[in-house]
Amino acid sequence: MSVDHAIMQMAIRTSILKNVRDNQPSLRELPEVPKFHSEKPVDLKALFIASLKELAGEVVTEPPADFDKFLKDRFPDAKTICSAVPEYAGNSRPEDFTRWSDASRIDVTIVRSPMGVAETGSVLLSEEEFRVNTIGFLAHDIVILLDPADIVENIHDAYSHPHFEQKAYSLLMTGPSGSADIGGITVHPAQGVMTLTVIFWPRAKTDVRSQSETA
Amino acid sequence: MSDLIDQARAAAAFISDQTHEQHLDRLLWMMRTRRDEAARRVPEWEQLRDLASAIKEHTLSNLAHYLEMFESRAMANGVTVHWAVDAHAHNQIVYEILSERKVDLLVKSKSMLTEECETRSFLANRSIRVVETDLGERIQQLDDEPPSHIVGPSWHKTEQDVANVFARAYGSDKNNTDPVYLAGVMRRNTRPLIEEARAGMTGANFAVAETGAIVTVTNEGNADLSANTPEVRICSVGIEKIVPNNEHLAVFIRLLTRSATGNAITQYTSHFREPREGGEMHIILVDNGRSQRLGMEKFWSSLKCIRCAACMNTCPVYRRSGGLSYGSTYMGPIGIIMMPTFDVRRYSELPFSSTLNGSCTNVCPVKIDIHEQIYAWREVMEEKHQIQLVKKEAMIVASKVLSNPTLYRIAARAAEPSLNILPRIAIYNRLNAWGRHRDIPQPAREIFHDWYQKNRSSAVGKEAEQ
Amino acid sequence: MQVALMIPCYIDVFYPEVGIATLELLEKLKVDVAYPFDQTCCGQPMANSGCFEESRATEELFIKNFSDFEYIVTPSGSCTHHVRHKFTAVPDSPERRKVSASVYDLVEFLHDILKVSAFPWARFEHKVALHTSCSAIRGLGLASMSERVHDPKFSKPQNLLEQVPGIQFANFERPDECCGFGGSFSVTEEAVAAEMGYDKVGFIQNTGAEYVVSSDMSCLMHLEGCAKRLGTGLKFLHIAEILNGATQ
Repeated sequence: MSVDHAIMQMAIRTSILKNVRDNQPSLRELPEVPKFHSEKPVDLKALFIASLKELAGEVVTEPPADFDKFLKDRFPDAKTICSAVPEYAGNSRPEDFTRWSDASRIDVTIVRSPMGVAETGSVLLSEEEFRVNTIGFLAHDIVILLDPADIVENIHDAYSHPHFEQKAYSLLMTGPSGSADIGGITVHPAQGVMTLTVIFWPRAKTDVRSQSETA
Repeated sequence: MSDLIDQARAAAAFISDQTHEQHLDRLLWMMRTRRDEAARRVPEWEQLRDLASAIKEHTLSNLAHYLEMFESRAMANGVTVHWAVDAHAHNQIVYEILSERKVDLLVKSKSMLTEECETRSFLANRSIRVVETDLGERIQQLDDEPPSHIVGPSWHKTEQDVANVFARAYGSDKNNTDPVYLAGVMRRNTRPLIEEARAGMTGANFAVAETGAIVTVTNEGNADLSANTPEVRICSVGIEKIVPNNEHLAVFIRLLTRSATGNAITQYTSHFREPREGGEMHIILVDNGRSQRLGMEKFWSSLKCIRCAACMNTCPVYRRSGGLSYGSTYMGPIGIIMMPTFDVRRYSELPFSSTLNGSCTNVCPVKIDIHEQIYAWREVMEEKHQIQLVKKEAMIVASKVLSNPTLYRIAARAAEPSLNILPRIAIYNRLNAWGRHRDIPQPAREIFHDWYQKNRSSAVGKEAEQ
Repeated sequence: MQVALMIPCYIDVFYPEVGIATLELLEKLKVDVAYPFDQTCCGQPMANSGCFEESRATEELFIKNFSDFEYIVTPSGSCTHHVRHKFTAVPDSPERRKVSASVYDLVEFLHDILKVSAFPWARFEHKVALHTSCSAIRGLGLASMSERVHDPKFSKPQNLLEQVPGIQFANFERPDECCGFGGSFSVTEEAVAAEMGYDKVGFIQNTGAEYVVSSDMSCLMHLEGCAKRLGTGLKFLHIAEILNGATQ
């Protein structure tokens, strides 16, 4: 934008900040935030499964012996399978969608999440996992690989993940897209994916990214 | 000079349509019930509320510092940060960004701030087509009605109402009221526009100072679509949305959706720190009266609001009046305490659209003392001479009578079935207003004062009568 | 122990029997009751309308009448709440603070001060819907509120009524939703007030309750008006009347 605009903006910025400073109430203390971990031991996998179910997502607790068959059974009409993971080839990769809106051609997206949250059934995703972010939304269905060892207890734990400070875009995705705007009852899908399936799939031993990096 | 909003009259009209009134009341009470259930499942719920309130109060008391931090981090991330002093300035910035890039189609996700600024009509008047991608907002846009609730903009509509709107706009089946079908109609008609658009606009639920990121919380994924699909992305953020860092953000994420609809979280909790690859990202920090509200001793804490609408869901007056009756961007209890800061005359009667029952205060996740602020606004309105003359005169009469024991007893004894004198002290309107929907209490033959005088006062210490 | 009895203006005029029941009940409990004759009102109607200036003289009269007493008892949660928490039109003074600290709603007084555990003269063989006002619940803490889901459930008015043989309690939907009275609201927003009252009456009727009982006559005045207009046979009593021995 123009130099004039930049100068105007400087003046406006200064004036807003001055008004804020002049009007701020006297300083209040910032509290410490506890982690609120449960006192009793928590079965993180079971809690994750139950939480995700409440938001209409599904968990498959073991990697399918025949992934190809698994996908054909679950998504019989799917033609375009976009895989962002080494565990499966698919017939397209995210890089194939140079215009991000073209991702609407995708029937099933397969992606790995580096962290799940038991409290809510959420999985963490970012541009690192998607490579082309729109494969996570414009696709018809999504399948997410999650190592159960990567499940943390609650949202307080979740926000320690480095993605939130390092990535351009990080998302806690919980179940398929839905809307309760008509009559207050949630229906699926809304604008995003129709179904969301998480597969508990431990990382390959050869996976360079270790657990400690995601802690 | 703006028109005075007569919320009571609009509410009466809403109630006379019993189908819609019952529909809304039941729907929102269900949301309140779901909120209770969600809170029950979090043993530390009250502690989270205390934390949320304290974090917001700290942040607001140090807001300039955090705004500067946010701006510098965002800029370091490659984001362009703009500052807008008011609604018009905000709209102008949006327009300039779009027109410089020759954008004529903008997709947007829900943002109450953009409703506040009336951005859509501003852009429409300059030939920029704006498509709402949030289902509720889109329904309202197609029906040319403002949102009636800040979380469910079209909750006041029945399934049939929505089917009618879509039939008119999209030629879909008027007789199919299945919400799954209707959501599908929306998806089919909106997707192509999202793919075509070269610019997307969102609001922000939170802005994290330490990382320069903005956070959106949605069910549909439309904010993520609007932000990721087009190359240009604009984000409008009220300056009160700042939180210090992600550790604090966690507290709000745990409270927000549970308070709003009873789910533990929404489907998409999204954090945008940098522009997407090959794209550009603009954040507009908007004041529009917030810095001034910050200086109001009794009312600044209303800036803690995280827009969950739990107060609206629990408010027995809102549920029976409908959100549109308030004639304002923000409605219900939070609307009553915010709107007078935008236009003290137009909204001068809103503080009286309340029974001061206090339910709102006790569901608010950030512990705004809403009903106390509603009470405080009443005095402000009176001081600013915004109270109707009739009412003021009645109060003056009431004061003369009630502060004079002899005058009071004369008035009390003379009370008639038409409630001519005493309840005029308590109520200022035409007295037959009570009788429109209720039977009228009958004054007793003998007031308590006189009974006491006859039966007790000459016999202090005497045993009680049988 | 000497108590000053405060009778709200609308009870004075429309429901003196509630004042009489309150007085007789306290006398049965061996309380020495004084009734400052020059009392009028607590000032709430003006203050709730934002007219603080206009409530000042009434508050001053209240303080004058009641500041000599250690206990001021009134059969009204809303008046108690006003005097205890909202007596701000008059400038701060030791008398104003004393009055605010000495006022009690009748239920509070019986439950917390006298700690009454029996009403031997009372009996009430009816099914009762107990309505506790918003002032009493959220203003005075006389009962737990549904919004605070982790608070232990309790109700002081219910504890008192449980000492009266024969009473059956009806559980109705949305037990602590506001009835719609709200003072001047009941007239300035009469359509909403009535709809709220109609809904509550409907929830109560669904339980087969015969009586609606409360420690706030203002709520009952409003609900009774609604119930009569709807043609229900519901009957309305103040808690003081039942505790004092009314059988119907």
